[in-house]
Amino acid sequence: MVPNEIIENLERIALKLRLDILEMVGIGKAGHLGGSSSYADIVAVLYFHKMNIDPKNPKYEDRDRFLLSKGHGALAQYAALVELGYIPREEMKKTKTLSGILQGHPDRNKTPGIEANTGSLGQGLSIAVGMALGLRLDGKKNKVYVIVGDGELAEGQIWEAVMCANYYKLDNLVAIVDNNGLQATGPIEERFNIYPIAPKFEAFGWYVREIDGHNIRQIIETLDELDNIKGKPKVIIAKTVKGKGFSFAENNPAFHNSVLTEEQYLRAKRELEAQIAKWS
Amino acid sequence: MVVANLREAYGRTLVELGAKNRDIVVLDADLSKSTRTILFQEAYPDRFFEMSIAEQNMISVAAGLALVGKIPFVHSFAVFATGRTYDQIRQSVCIANLNVKICGSSCGLSDFGDGATHQSLEDVALMRVIPNMVVLVPADANETKKMVKAMVKHYGPMYIRINRNDLPVYISEDGEYEIGKLYQLRDGEDILIIANGVMVSRVMEASEVLEKKGIYVRVINASTVKPLRKEEVLKYIKGVKGIVIAEEHSIIGGLGGAIVEMLRNVKHSPLEFVGIKDKFGTSASNYEELLEYYGLTPEAIVSAVMNLIKG
Repeated sequence: MVPNEIIENLERIALKLRLDILEMVGIGKAGHLGGSSSYADIVAVLYFHKMNIDPKNPKYEDRDRFLLSKGHGALAQYAALVELGYIPREEMKKTKTLSGILQGHPDRNKTPGIEANTGSLGQGLSIAVGMALGLRLDGKKNKVYVIVGDGELAEGQIWEAVMCANYYKLDNLVAIVDNNGLQATGPIEERFNIYPIAPKFEAFGWYVREIDGHNIRQIIETLDELDNIKGKPKVIIAKTVKGKGFSFAENNPAFHNSVLTEEQYLRAKRELEAQIAKWS
Repeated sequence: MVVANLREAYGRTLVELGAKNRDIVVLDADLSKSTRTILFQEAYPDRFFEMSIAEQNMISVAAGLALVGKIPFVHSFAVFATGRTYDQIRQSVCIANLNVKICGSSCGLSDFGDGATHQSLEDVALMRVIPNMVVLVPADANETKKMVKAMVKHYGPMYIRINRNDLPVYISEDGEYEIGKLYQLRDGEDILIIANGVMVSRVMEASEVLEKKGIYVRVINASTVKPLRKEEVLKYIKGVKGIVIAEEHSIIGGLGGAIVEMLRNVKHSPLEFVGIKDKFGTSASNYEELLEYYGLTPEAIVSAVMNLIKG
């Protein structure tokens, strides 16, 4: 049983990450608010609890790997890297500018802590498969975690990677589907409806768990459970809310890649700060 | 004339290198018998990854392997290794500048029987346009061997295009291959001929014919299409009456394109291209017949040279 203090601390961190996301989106500039905030709780658990990493040494050899196949959601990962000290805090206001190191999509050569260049959808899961294969070949115990979007599951390459991971029985690979239900132009079931997701992965030989992607305790317990599953790749289908934590943006496709007004920005900041204040 | 098979030379060199360098891993998309990576699979089964008929995944998996320190060599037919996977090569491999080596086997028209779907006449153009990518086109089995060794020695994404058939051997097996160097195979002062791949042997044949007519050609093997060194190109274009560029590739975007781009603000003598004139391939009963059909023959080179001489 994970102690309540740990859960509460991670909940606080997840709020902090959302505040950082808000800072990076800023006022009057476009930013992927919705798809960054939907998996922020998962990022909080992985970076601040689960993964074996050393923020002082981003290239620490035995680190677990975190990949963001849905690269447009980079702001949540950037927030974690800022809070852990990989990235200087002042970089946040320079997001997506020529003078900054935070690109619109993750870039390993420009940003410390980023493992691969992702964002052309469908490729990150394959890159994760390659990392898992290579680490296993070297007899290493590191794990590879990869966040995949639900809309991204329409990419054919995802299913090539799904079959490949099963063929090689990659039990050092954990995929997490950020199932926020919305893609850029609308609900995923009104596009190439990917539902039901779980039986598709099961049919391809993966170990599947479905969770509430905003329930910190459930995220931790599921990730711990997966450590004991051997001989097959694993996927967590995390039911999430796009725009989670931003009252006006929740479940609203308009906030996929949105411009915030000053009023929206201040309201979001007020709401998040009020919640953080409740904790302290 | 001694002939040797480039695929076989390629496959054997990988095995040889794999013995010394444990980081080399090989991926193939269900074509290992044809690309000859089966030799590596037999020698080091744990470092060979069958990637099945899923080329896009294969390239991104190779990117992942490179990210944990491996040197992946990735294989398919040239047309699939570059066309079907263009986005993966650009996004997963080249933006990150990863140490992934891509082998396009059965390149050009060399898969003569399979027709347009399997013949790659655009692959050099596709790979050349991507930043960070090195593009290599060996002329024979010896050059293939030396080139594969150089690919391991130098970091970064690279594309090598391998002919399916036995080709005459013109290159010595001694010495190391230097990526980016232009190799002079013959000297002459009338016309400069720059070629690579199978066209090198055609050009060497043509130059014998031309010599009998009293025309002396300078033959350059441009087996590195990218990076091209401007100072070397400038050195060789001096003093000749004309330049012929010969390649088993579309005349759009290949070696000819690369050289003309480089010469855009340099005074140079008239140019002729011998290559595929914006066409797809087609099935034929043998390679020679197909090369002839598209005008990739010693005769076509002789005639291009004669046109330049006449002015």
